[in-house]
This record gives sequence, structure tokens and C-alpha cells, in this order.
Amino acid sequence: MTAAIENPAAIAHERLGTPVCCHCGLKVPAALIVADASEQFCCGGCQVAYETIHGCGLADYYEMRERFGSRRAAAAGAGKRYTAYDSEAFLQKHAKETEGGLRAIELRLEGVHCAACVWLVERLPHMAPGVIDSRLSLGASRTRVVWDPEQTTLSTIARTLDRLGYPPHPARDAAARAQANSYSRRRLTNLAIAGALAGNNMLIATALYAGVFDGIEPQFARLFRWLSMGIGWLSLLWPGQSFFRGAVAAWRARTASLDQPIAVALAIGAVAGTANVLLDRGEVYFDSLSTLVFLLLVGRFLQARQQRWAQESVGLMLSMTPDACRVVRGSEVVEESVDALQRGDVVEVRAGELFPADGVVTQGDSAIDQSLLTGESQPTPVNSGDCVCAGAQNVAATLRVQVDAVGAATRVGRLVAMVEEGLAAKPPIVQMADRIAGWFVVVVVTLAAANFTWWWATVGLAPGIEATVALLIVACPCALGLATPLTMAVAIGSGAKRGMLIKSAVVLERLARVSPARPGQLFVDKTGTLTSGKMRVERFVGEDYLRRWITAVEVESNHPIATAIVRDLRPPSTIDRRELSQRCEKHGFGVTAETPVGSILVGSPRYAREHGVTLTDRFDDAAREGRDRGLTVVVAAIEGRCEAVLWLRDELHPDSRQQLDLLREAGWRIAILSGDAPGPVHQIARLMDVAASDAHAEMAPEEKLAQVRTATDAKAYEVVMMVGDGVNDAAALAAADVGVAAHGGAEASLAAADVYLTEPGVGRLVELVDLSRGALRVMRRNLAISLAYNTIAVALAAFGWITPLVAALLMPLSSLSVLASAASLAAQRPTEVD
Amino acid sequence: MSVVFVMAPIALVLAAVAVTAFIWAARDGQFDDTETPAHRMLFDDLEKRDP
Repeated sequence: MTAAIENPAAIAHERLGTPVCCHCGLKVPAALIVADASEQFCCGGCQVAYETIHGCGLADYYEMRERFGSRRAAAAGAGKRYTAYDSEAFLQKHAKETEGGLRAIELRLEGVHCAACVWLVERLPHMAPGVIDSRLSLGASRTRVVWDPEQTTLSTIARTLDRLGYPPHPARDAAARAQANSYSRRRLTNLAIAGALAGNNMLIATALYAGVFDGIEPQFARLFRWLSMGIGWLSLLWPGQSFFRGAVAAWRARTASLDQPIAVALAIGAVAGTANVLLDRGEVYFDSLSTLVFLLLVGRFLQARQQRWAQESVGLMLSMTPDACRVVRGSEVVEESVDALQRGDVVEVRAGELFPADGVVTQGDSAIDQSLLTGESQPTPVNSGDCVCAGAQNVAATLRVQVDAVGAATRVGRLVAMVEEGLAAKPPIVQMADRIAGWFVVVVVTLAAANFTWWWATVGLAPGIEATVALLIVACPCALGLATPLTMAVAIGSGAKRGMLIKSAVVLERLARVSPARPGQLFVDKTGTLTSGKMRVERFVGEDYLRRWITAVEVESNHPIATAIVRDLRPPSTIDRRELSQRCEKHGFGVTAETPVGSILVGSPRYAREHGVTLTDRFDDAAREGRDRGLTVVVAAIEGRCEAVLWLRDELHPDSRQQLDLLREAGWRIAILSGDAPGPVHQIARLMDVAASDAHAEMAPEEKLAQVRTATDAKAYEVVMMVGDGVNDAAALAAADVGVAAHGGAEASLAAADVYLTEPGVGRLVELVDLSRGALRVMRRNLAISLAYNTIAVALAAFGWITPLVAALLMPLSSLSVLASAASLAAQRPTEVD
Repeated sequence: MSVVFVMAPIALVLAAVAVTAFIWAARDGQFDDTETPAHRMLFDDLEKRDP
């Protein structure tokens, strides 16, 4: 029981009766339970990780994980050899030389999830001699490893990390990240400078205001006015220059932007304030200007930080694609970087790996899963002479493939190019605040002109200028400029907490435009969005005693159909695997074995026919009916005679139907775009209450794109949203007004989408729509509040009643109420679906 | 000559020193990762307890 004591997770679960993996805490499959052992593992990877951690004397990891209360499971390694990491080309591209002949590399790690991981990864120097330092950044799942190339190799380090359960990948977005880092540093610096200047200017202003009431010697008043002017100019020219730049850029592009009224107010305030300081009369406005710059920067800083966080999380997944492949060079197979691959090379692709390039199979017999590429949910068999595409997964046995096309020339590469075109063609959206800003400028300028004329005509030129300058300054849309970024920052943050990573705030504005009166079009992909891609046994036709033997032969397989059969058949008695012999599985097709009741075969009807199984009328009818209903059919035969037929269905996400109904109520018209066969698609459409004419099956990526384009061009719908997960959806995702990548999506679809859902199913979609409506409601309220303040202030100014003190009070008051209003969004609870 | 003429600039210089220190820290990358260091300090404790 020593291991169990070291691993509290195991104790907790042992009490419940189900053995759990000592490393990852997941349930151990029945076939892998080792009787009488205190340590149980769900897979070989977990066992290796557990033994490595214990072997290095780092068993504290498990205790620590428990202490930090991490709920997520630890991962297992990929078991790769990482020899490509030692090649000079790889090191040149990803690693850097540092002082003293050392080398450093940034690696992204899979499976990093809690503080205990930080501890373990940073103990790398203890585990792999030659590693000088390893520092992990938890949020970005990146570690910077410094090692001595004289003592160890990068592949050894990578293998050690992999064995611990953190498969490493080179951080490919290093340049983009360095740039993002430098931007965020600059924003932070600007914010700090603006804050310090605003604070100091307010201190000085307090002295001046006190002087207004209690009297102040003119020499001190002059000193403070000059200091205030100096600080004010500093804050306008240093952190505040971004507003002037934004205004000029918008003016050049002939568009309206909130920067314009801000810049105008800042400039007029500065000029009038300077004139008043030099002439030693009237008001200095610089304290208000400094505060204005600071508050506006706070809003923008918060929004930028939230957006960056969401993008970073998506970027993490982008690094998880294969970077090495096995190339056949002469008589040996060497691991090389994908970048080095050329046309005509022969690559070896093992079961479970992705194809690195398009090509023709030259050797081997296997099945490939193209679901990411075509949307087809079932593996397709391939053998010599068949074409395979980059990005497809080899599921069964080792294949050798002669490369036809690499990189951008592959089908995936062409799809990615289409995605880029689609993204570039997308018109930029004018944010609500910017649309309002256009009107704002017109209204304020008109008011100012009218005000000036009226004062000039009635009182005189000098008081006219004074009152108009006051009006222009108090009309500065400070709260307005703060309202949008703050609300959006809160909304993006609360979305991320609920499993929706939103890359840009405009998505929320777009989604909220849809209502029953102004319908939107929603295209969903079937696999992975409506269905989980997992199978479920729908019906079993045959003798009950067979359940036991079918389960017995399928229990060792990891094919989704086998998993479903084992889970759903519930045999009447337990199985002893020793009763089976000569088990032989052809992955993706079927399995045969010898049992006490005779030789058994379980597999697809085609596989059964190839093995000379005859189907009697009863079973033949059952098989045909199942196929007609769009289900997957599996037959079981004893001694070459068919004895049972099973129907399996791609399992729906439990509440898909309900969620789609909620979306329909919200004004969305739903259509299915799937690459899968018509049978399953139409069946799902019936279940989902989608009209048959809206359920499109066997769609090629280009056709999906065309459908989405037609919908966006038709302008019949307010917004066109596309939900999908595969490379085949990527182009359509990019073309849609709002592209949503579903859980487990491919790299290209992540890059193309505006939103990434971290949980499977359409449930998150309903929440996304809800969130966007909530965000827009709060934003409208904020805009109303800030415009109300502006109106009051402008009215006071027009009557000449505004004093610097009133202005100084109104501004923080309006900003504070907007802040409180935005914070209320975070407190909103998500709508529960019962 | 009042003390204010001396004190006000001194106060501003102090503020400038603080801002400079902050800029240095930001450029040094000390605010790049605000999450991990919070966890890292907990490990020192553990290591002292059982080496």
C-alpha cells in the first residue's frame, strides 16, 4: 500500500471501488487492471511517467498536486524519440546560443496544468544531467530550457520531459510572442507613466482648488499653474500620443473613430490651458487632461490584456501539430524535421501518427482517419497505390508513403491559403463606439459653434471663447472611451472562464445583433459539434449468449466502435480473457478469435463477407435496415455463420436538441454542413428538427465555403455564423461573419475562427450568444450613462455655469459609474439549461 | 523664497525616480508572467522541510 499512501487520489478512488490510474487519476480500463498490485495505470505512458518521477526521487509531485487542489488529470507522454531535435537545422531554427557555449530553447509543453507541474518541470536539471536551467511559465505552458551541448543532447531533454508526461514542441510563434510581449510592456509602461503624471497633476490641482476657496499668494498660484502645464504636456506627448496617432490614422482612412473627439478635446484643452498659463488668467485644464489620458489608457489596457490571453490560449494549441517525420534514406529510417521533406521522399508513418505530406502509399495496409480533412467520421481503408493527404491520421498499421506534395502545395496547404484569403477579404467591422463617435463629433462641433455665436452676440468675444473651450473639454467622451473596452474586457474574461476563448470583441457586437425579428444563419458541422464522434450501440439482434463473446473479443481494442460495444452490451456474465486465443484484429475492419463456442468474427459486413461469412435473411434484412437508417452496422459470426447484428450510432451530445431549440428561439436559422455520408447526416437532421433541405451531406471544403459565401452575400440574414472543427471547415469559418471552432479542432480551423470553444457540444454556443447579448446590454447602458454625463456637462458649459471644480468632479464620477456598470456583467450568472 | 519652490520640484523628482524604476522593471520583463512566480515561492518551503 506504499504507493497508495503516496498518492491520495488513489486512496480516494479505491474507497469508491473503481481503481484509478496512479499517475493521471483517470479510471483504469478493465482489461488493464493488474490484480494484487497497489499501483494501477490506465496506459503505458502513465506508468512510465510515474516510474520516472519516482525514480528521480520526485514523488513529492503527487502530494503537491493534491495540496494545490488540481482537478485536472496529468497527461501521459507521447513516447516519441525526438531524434529530429538534434539536427543542426532544427537547432538553428529554434534554439539560441547563449553565454559560455550553452544553448537555450523555448518549448511548449502539453499537459501543464497546475503549480505542481511548475515544480516538476523546474526540477529538470536534477533529472537530466547537462541541463542548466528550466523555467516554466504556467499561463503560456512554455518552458525555457538552457543546456550544455557538451554534456547532453536536446533529444534527451525532450525525451525526459515526454516521459514525465509533458510532450514538448518547439515554440513556433516565438517571433509573434516576442512582439506581443514588447507591445504589452509598452502599454504597461505608458499606463504607469500616465498614472504617475495624473496623480501628481491632481495633487497640484488640489492646491489650486484650495487656493480658490481659501486664497493663495499669486507667486504660488503661478508656480502650480506652470507645474501643472508641464506635467499636462508631458502626459499628452508621451502616453497620450496614441490618441493623436489613432485620430490621424482614422482621418486618413476617412473613417470615424473614438480617438478623434478625444484628440480634439485634448488638443483644445492643451492650447487653451497654455494660453491661460502664459497670460496668467482663467483656468488651467491640465489636471483634467492628465486624468483623461490615464483613464482612457486603463480601459484599453484591460481590453488588450484579455484579448491577448484568449489568443495565447489558442496559440498554445497551434503548436501541437507534428514537426518531425520519419524519412526512409537508403536502408534506414531517420527522423527529420517536416521542413526538410521534399517531393519524391518516402516517409514512414506509424499507427496514430499524422501524415506529414500528400502522397501515395507504397507499402502497407491500414486505415486512415480523414475526419479533420473531409468530415467523414469513419476510418477509410487504404493500401498500396491509394492517395493520402497531409493532416489525415493513420489509425491502424505502419505505412510507407511516397511524397507528392509538401507544405503549401498539399491539399491542407491550399485550404490554409483559402483561409488566409477569406480572412483578408473580410471587411473590417466598425465598432459601435466608433459609429457613435462619428455622430458625436458632428453634434459637439455644431453645439460648440452655436454656443460660440450666441455668447459672442450676447456677451462678447472673450467670454464666448472661454465658454466654448469649456464646452469642448467637458464634451470629451472620456466615459464613452472607457465604456466599450471595459465592458468588452469583462465579457471576454468571463467568456474565458466559461470555456469560450474570444479573439476579438467585435464578435460579441455581431452576435448580439441577431434577434427573432432580424434572423441570423447558423451553419453547424455534424461531427464533433452536434455529435461527439463517440459511438453508441442502438440495437442488438441475436442470441443473448453472444453478448459475452462479442464483448470478450472487443475488450482489448481501442477502436471507438469496440469501446462502444464493450460499454453498451453489458454481458450477463463476466469474461475471463484466458478463454480466448489467437485473437487477430484488423484495425478499422474487424477482429477474429478462437473461443470455446467456436471461432468468432466481429466486424463490418464487408469484412465478414471477405471472410466467407454468409448472412441469413433475418440478419441480412437487419443489416440493410440499419444501413438505410444511416447507422453503422457490425455483424458477429460463429464458425462462419452470422449470428448477430448490431446497430451503432454516432452519439449525440446529450442536450444538442434543446440547445438548438434555444438558439432557434433567439432568432437563428439552423443548417447542417457535413462532409459525412447522407444517411447519418439526414438522421441527425431529423433528430435535431432541421429540415432535410437544410441538411447538406458530402460537402467538400470548397462547397462549404460556397454555402457560407452565398449566405453572407445574400444579406438576407443579419449575421452568418459557422461552427466547425476540421480543416475542411476552416475556409468556411474564415468567410463567415463569426467563425466558431469547436473543441478539439484542427490548427487551420483555430487560426480561422473568431471564437474557440474549449468544451464539446453546442451548449457553449448558447452561452456565447447569451454572453454577447449581456455584453451589449451593459455596453448600451454604459454608453447611455456616459452620454448623459456629457449632455449635463455640455448644458452646464453652454450656460457658463461650469467651474473647474465641477468639471473635475463630473469626470471621475462618470468614469466610476461606467466602471461599476461594467463590473456587473462579470457577476451575471450563465443561463442554466435544465 | 518659500520652501514650496524647493519641495515641489523635489517631490516631482521622487515621482520620476519611481516611474523610472517601474519602466526598468517592465522592460526587464518582470511583468510578463504574473502567474508562475506566485506558485514558485511555495516550493522553497517544501524543499526546506524535506531536502
